[in-house]
Amino acid sequence: MGELAEAVDVVIVGAGPAGLAAALTLAKAGKEVVVLERGEFVGAKNVFGGAIYTQPTAEIYPEFWKSAPVERFNAEHRFALLTQDSGVTVSYKSEHHMHEPHYNSFTVQRSQWDRWCAEQAEAAGAYIVTQTVVRDLLWDGEQVVGVKTDQEDFPARLTIIADGVNSLLVEKAGLRKHIPKPSEVALGVKEVIRLDENLVNNRFNCENGSGVIYTIMGGAMEGITSMGFLYTNKASIVVGLGASLYDLQQKCIKPYELLEKFKQHPMIRPLIAGGELEEYSGHMIPEGGFHSVPKLYGKGVMVAGDAAMLVNNVHWEGTNLAMASGRYAAETAIQALVSNDFSEYQLALYEKLLHSSYVMKDLETYRDILPTVERHSDIFMGFYPKEINQLMATLVEVDSVPKKEKMKRFVGQTLKKRSIPRMVMDMLRIGGPIVR
Amino acid sequence: MSTSESIPQSTIEEKLFTVKYKPGPSSHLIPNQDHCQICPTKACNYFCPANVYHWDPEQHRNLVAYENCFECGACRLGCTYQSIEWFYPKDGHGVTFRHG
Ligand SMILES: Cc1cc2nc3c(=O)[nH]c(=O)nc-3n(C[C@H](O)[C@H](O)[C@H](O)COP(=O)(O)OP(=O)(O)OC[C@H]3O[C@@H](n4cnc5c(N)ncnc54)[C@H](O)[C@@H]3O)c2cc1C
Ligand code: SF4
Ligand code: SF4
Repeated sequence: MGELAEAVDVVIVGAGPAGLAAALTLAKAGKEVVVLERGEFVGAKNVFGGAIYTQPTAEIYPEFWKSAPVERFNAEHRFALLTQDSGVTVSYKSEHHMHEPHYNSFTVQRSQWDRWCAEQAEAAGAYIVTQTVVRDLLWDGEQVVGVKTDQEDFPARLTIIADGVNSLLVEKAGLRKHIPKPSEVALGVKEVIRLDENLVNNRFNCENGSGVIYTIMGGAMEGITSMGFLYTNKASIVVGLGASLYDLQQKCIKPYELLEKFKQHPMIRPLIAGGELEEYSGHMIPEGGFHSVPKLYGKGVMVAGDAAMLVNNVHWEGTNLAMASGRYAAETAIQALVSNDFSEYQLALYEKLLHSSYVMKDLETYRDILPTVERHSDIFMGFYPKEINQLMATLVEVDSVPKKEKMKRFVGQTLKKRSIPRMVMDMLRIGGPIVR
Repeated sequence: MSTSESIPQSTIEEKLFTVKYKPGPSSHLIPNQDHCQICPTKACNYFCPANVYHWDPEQHRNLVAYENCFECGACRLGCTYQSIEWFYPKDGHGVTFRHG
């Protein structure tokens, strides 16, 4: 393109859920939009757990499950609290979520899912360019007017930064003054383990293409701010964990060794037995929530998705917030293009839209939960999993000691470690903000 | 098949062997070796998910196996001095996750 290049309406950096939702929305409105993606193909650099959530995803891609490469719809969610050698699992399953269109979520593989989303944006008229790293922004005084790549410049009337959690461009745009702190992110590592489809069905009680999600706390990760996960694909199992980068850094922990230990737990071991490692991978997750969100817009520029740290880490929700924020950025862009006004005053609409939606409302609700857990990780990731397991042991172990005496002993010992008022305080710290 | 089969356990070398790479011609990660010398924990040697960094006490250098990098950015944030010069590899190079 060089110096004489015509400015397009909008250039988007990053073809993840945020950038692609923005691209689709803009293309549908007839805007000229270019998405630049550094991967060999769309999705090549991306890793998540994972599940995409049906309702928010269908708002962008109606009835996507009919044509998108989904693995399984998730009919059951199991929560496991582990000690080093025992575990308590609670499960929720609903017939409701087993039928179209009430599916709650689907497992997908990012290499396929992101590519499918890109095809939808392309079909609507967006241009998607892969193997292209954006290195910097183009400026006209204080206003961002496009981006620079290794090959050429892409001038644009508006720029949307959707380059993910490790956003170099948010810093270049001056929307964040410092590099995020290790405590503001988690590091995820995971394995895709190949397993025969029928074996997956039998092992996890799956019927008619349904699947199971596990959220796991404690165990090998005792005392570390972290969460384990397990998902079922059609013919593979995903097992992994996300741990606070701060904890990994401070405690000098190798995440892949932690993952190996985690896999050995008697609760996890039989779920993956006999499988074969297909792929190991790692990626960061924004964890700072509300407190870490950078400035969301500047002159000529907006930030969406992980780049804006929009993740609800307590529930592993990221793709939905990314897609919603991408769409709001696009809607703001459409207004700005109509009025030919790219000032901060005009783009403030983006922030307004985010704040009036569940995106910022949820982040605000959860604003203090993770910092609390992180500060007291010995309590929340150690004490409680252990006590709950001890309670279960008390209830199920048959050893000729009268039940009443055993319960008394359990309660006495627990209260010696942590008084009732303190436990009430703990619960309020975690649950308070949600019910308030 | 029964559940008494073995668990798919693997070393980091075996894990990395499952990942597809097209390494660039030179490193996109440049630690500040002066900082590495005095770095008390060499934290990057532990938390990096792809085992890219190795402190070599003989050469007094933090060696960088950049070919194995996931481009996750954890070392950019987690380096004790936040002093690693950090770029994304050139167009289309680096890691490709076939599943993700
Ligand atoms: C281990 C793990 C488990 C997770 N589990 C879930 C889950 O189960 N459900 C869920 O909803 N969310 C989950 N998340 C979060 C979710 O993956 C993210 O929130 C979501 O992917 C964010 O989308 P995004 O478009 O903002 O960023 P990304 O998906 O990261 O996309 C950013 C894109 O920008 C590209 N890019 C970056 N820099 C440049 C550049 N300079 N030039 C060109 N291209 C660039 C990247 O290659 C990438 O394609 C998980 C995350 C992790 C790490
Ligand atoms: S953490 Fe930073 S300073 Fe320390 S060894 Fe690693 S790169 Fe060097
Ligand atoms: S970017 Fe991630 S994978 Fe690459 S060296 Fe840094 S920590 Fe390791």
